[in-house]
Amino acid sequence: MAPKRHNARDITPSAAATTQAGPTTAGTVPATAAVTKPYRVSVTTKDSWAQVVGNVWSHYLKTTPQRTKLIDVFMAFLIVVGALQFLYCVLAGNYPFNAFLSGFSATVGQFVLTASLRMQTTEANKSDFPSVSPERAFADYVVCSLILHFFCVNFIN
Amino acid sequence: MSATSSSSFDLLASGGRGKSSRTLLRVVILLFIAGAAIASRLFSVIRFESIIHEFDPWFNFRATKYLVSHGFYNFWDWFDDRTWHPLGRVTGGTLYPGLMVTSGVIYHALRALTIPVDIRNICVLLAPACSGLTAFATYLLTNEMTTNASAGLLAAAFMGIAPGYISRSVAGSYDNEAISIFLLVLTFYLWIKALKLGSMLWGALCALSYGYMVASWGGYAFITCLLPLHAFVLVCMGRYSTRLYVSYTSWYVLGTLASMQIPFVGFLPVKTSEHMPALGIFGFLQLLAFLDYVRSALPSGRQFQIFLWSIAGSVFLIGLLGLVVITSAGIIAPWGGRFYSLWDTAYAKIHIPIIASVSEHQPTAWPAFFFDLNMLIWLFPAGVYLCFQELADEHVFIVVYAVLGTYFAGVMVRLMLTLTPIVCVAAAMAVSQMLNNYLSLKSPKPEDHAVVEGADVTATKKKGGLKSTNKPVVGIYSLLSKGVVVTSMTIYLLLFVLHCTWVTSNAYSSPSVVLASRMPDGSQHIIDDYREAYQWLRQNTKDDAKIMSWWDYGYQIGGMADRPTLVDNNTWNNTHIATVGKAMSSREEVSYPIMRQHEVDYVLIVFGGLLGYSGDDINKFLWMVRIAEGIWPDEIRERDYFTPRGEYRVDAEASQTMKDSLMYKMSYYNYNALFPPGQAQDRVRGAKLPEVGPTLNTLEEAFTSENWIIRIYKVKDLDNFDRDHASAAAFDRGHKKKRGGKKRGPRVLRVE
Repeated sequence: MAPKRHNARDITPSAAATTQAGPTTAGTVPATAAVTKPYRVSVTTKDSWAQVVGNVWSHYLKTTPQRTKLIDVFMAFLIVVGALQFLYCVLAGNYPFNAFLSGFSATVGQFVLTASLRMQTTEANKSDFPSVSPERAFADYVVCSLILHFFCVNFIN
Repeated sequence: MSATSSSSFDLLASGGRGKSSRTLLRVVILLFIAGAAIASRLFSVIRFESIIHEFDPWFNFRATKYLVSHGFYNFWDWFDDRTWHPLGRVTGGTLYPGLMVTSGVIYHALRALTIPVDIRNICVLLAPACSGLTAFATYLLTNEMTTNASAGLLAAAFMGIAPGYISRSVAGSYDNEAISIFLLVLTFYLWIKALKLGSMLWGALCALSYGYMVASWGGYAFITCLLPLHAFVLVCMGRYSTRLYVSYTSWYVLGTLASMQIPFVGFLPVKTSEHMPALGIFGFLQLLAFLDYVRSALPSGRQFQIFLWSIAGSVFLIGLLGLVVITSAGIIAPWGGRFYSLWDTAYAKIHIPIIASVSEHQPTAWPAFFFDLNMLIWLFPAGVYLCFQELADEHVFIVVYAVLGTYFAGVMVRLMLTLTPIVCVAAAMAVSQMLNNYLSLKSPKPEDHAVVEGADVTATKKKGGLKSTNKPVVGIYSLLSKGVVVTSMTIYLLLFVLHCTWVTSNAYSSPSVVLASRMPDGSQHIIDDYREAYQWLRQNTKDDAKIMSWWDYGYQIGGMADRPTLVDNNTWNNTHIATVGKAMSSREEVSYPIMRQHEVDYVLIVFGGLLGYSGDDINKFLWMVRIAEGIWPDEIRERDYFTPRGEYRVDAEASQTMKDSLMYKMSYYNYNALFPPGQAQDRVRGAKLPEVGPTLNTLEEAFTSENWIIRIYKVKDLDNFDRDHASAAAFDRGHKKKRGGKKRGPRVLRVE
């Protein structure tokens, strides 16, 4: 039961990674499905899409260690929080723009920092980061998060 | 001097010393370079005195004094009612506080160490001190580019004495650029470091340095555009890596948040087009990271991979399209005028005369490149070529920076400053490469290689990079060629030092507040009219007397005379400036109501006719006319100020509009009295003035400085007898006969 839930969540970060690019640059509707769906429809080979998703799914299940899954859960949580804030901004207006910006950038910032931590601690990327041990990565992560939240709190008014 | 010492360092270092002695040598050389950089910037203090230069520094100085005396929070909320009268200016929210805060911190730190230093001296010496740091940062940046240690030292030496940088950082030039160039180079160094290591911490440091840069100078937009461009080029070259993701995203997130802490920047990073590339690349990298992960999950699916890449492209295009839509819908502010003028050099001249009127916004003349960079400018392409040979990620950065920097430097004189660091780095790489090849005394053994290879000595240098890897080792064999090349390089380096020293001492060390001229016997004569006039204002006028002058002198009046001004160098309100321009360029009858409305007490103009000082207001006059014309096209027409033949003249043949304009009248009022009748001459424009000088009715001369550079006029109050000023002035001049003849009435009074 538990791993399944992780899987269900994993789809959200990966799909939402595209939305990260979507709403911020294009300003399209922030729903994750809206971005991915048109491509699915436009593709003639629907089977291959199912295959792709299935492959990624199984790959994820097979290769991801438990700790990394914990990181993924946190990232999924951040995406949900960020999407909620964005939704609120779209629906209810952005009146305290300071507050919205600092809240939203806190989630976005934390997301990318966590993603960076995830990359640096993944075994497969070891060769990319010869000088960054997992401990060093975590220390960097903590320092960067502190800076991030300092700025956010200062900006929130 | 230091340039050559660092090249000869190669000889010393290759002499087989230990590692520690090399480090010691390096430190000593860097210290010497910093010393040379600081020393060469002190010409202005030695030639003149410890004084703040030019225009903008006077505002920075005034703001710093305010910060030091009122504290940080008051400075942050500073509303200045002594500028832009009657509008005022929210100074605390419309300046880049980095410079002032830096010197404030230094001031308080020195006080805490019980070293009481005058704040003025800190301000004067801040720029030279930062130049030493810049040299060090350049050393670090260059060391990231090449394994050759001497390149870094050479780059530091070049950076220390290159006139292109000195022009903005001599002692007394207390401007934002003083610390920003150091921060610029430092940010680039940290970015390269972060990219190489893929470390979040270095990315965060880069962001902090970037934040400091944003706090200091509007030129931060250069970094904001350059780093995304570098990332984008890397992605296009197929060099996306997790390191790029980590360094870029951590820089962007933290750096953007840091930049938003500055009130003047505020929401700009999410609202203006200049910042959108960075945001776009940020989103694009998220997408790439996701695709990268999917690709690693699908080891065999090539078709999926291609398909996914096409998704990446289409999302990027959609993003770009959305950006265009949002921009045209007005949610994101379009590009500012200064940015348009970066792409179309004629744009500002047509649409925004106030930007075009500033001389440092003009396109660069080509001799300026040689003047400011000397031999570096022809070594620069060689260095870029060397980067192409290796072309790691950091070399791509050099190439991108070189292209962008060269373009911008060609468009705007002022942006020579941002080009200088990269020129120094690239040139240093070229020189060190050359010296490395030619300085080693041992020549390769010919019998080891093919004989043919050794024959063409001159061609050997050209064969570096990829070709050299699959050919046998080549080298320089003849001592003669080594000697010739090394000697000529040394001579060039020496000439470079000579040129830099000469340019610094002659061209860039004048405070422009104090002028120097030579007496016939060769001794120096100081012309101190500006300070004389400002001192007069300070001592002889009310504390809140409003001074009207052209905006160039606003900061100086605020700083030196401490009097409220109508407009100053901040130029945030074009209409207000145009109002002053209209007052200056209209007839007295039109100008007087404008001046009354703005409560002007004194009018200050700069007149160089007597001395031959060409930067005076008559020469700037056409810009006033143009700016005023932009707002009141039917009242002011530039054409009217020219003679029928299209000449801009000030003598008897000047157009009537010109002669009637307030600026003309103020400039030449009473000027005739200095000369024998009919001999009055304007030495700037080489014009002989009409025999009868202009008359002024609504103003009276209050002060004229020793060399007539500054003239101050007092605006007359309304006439006591309710006459208009023209008739009142005519009465005072003695033209009272006609009037007197008619108005004999008062006699009746006497009878009664």
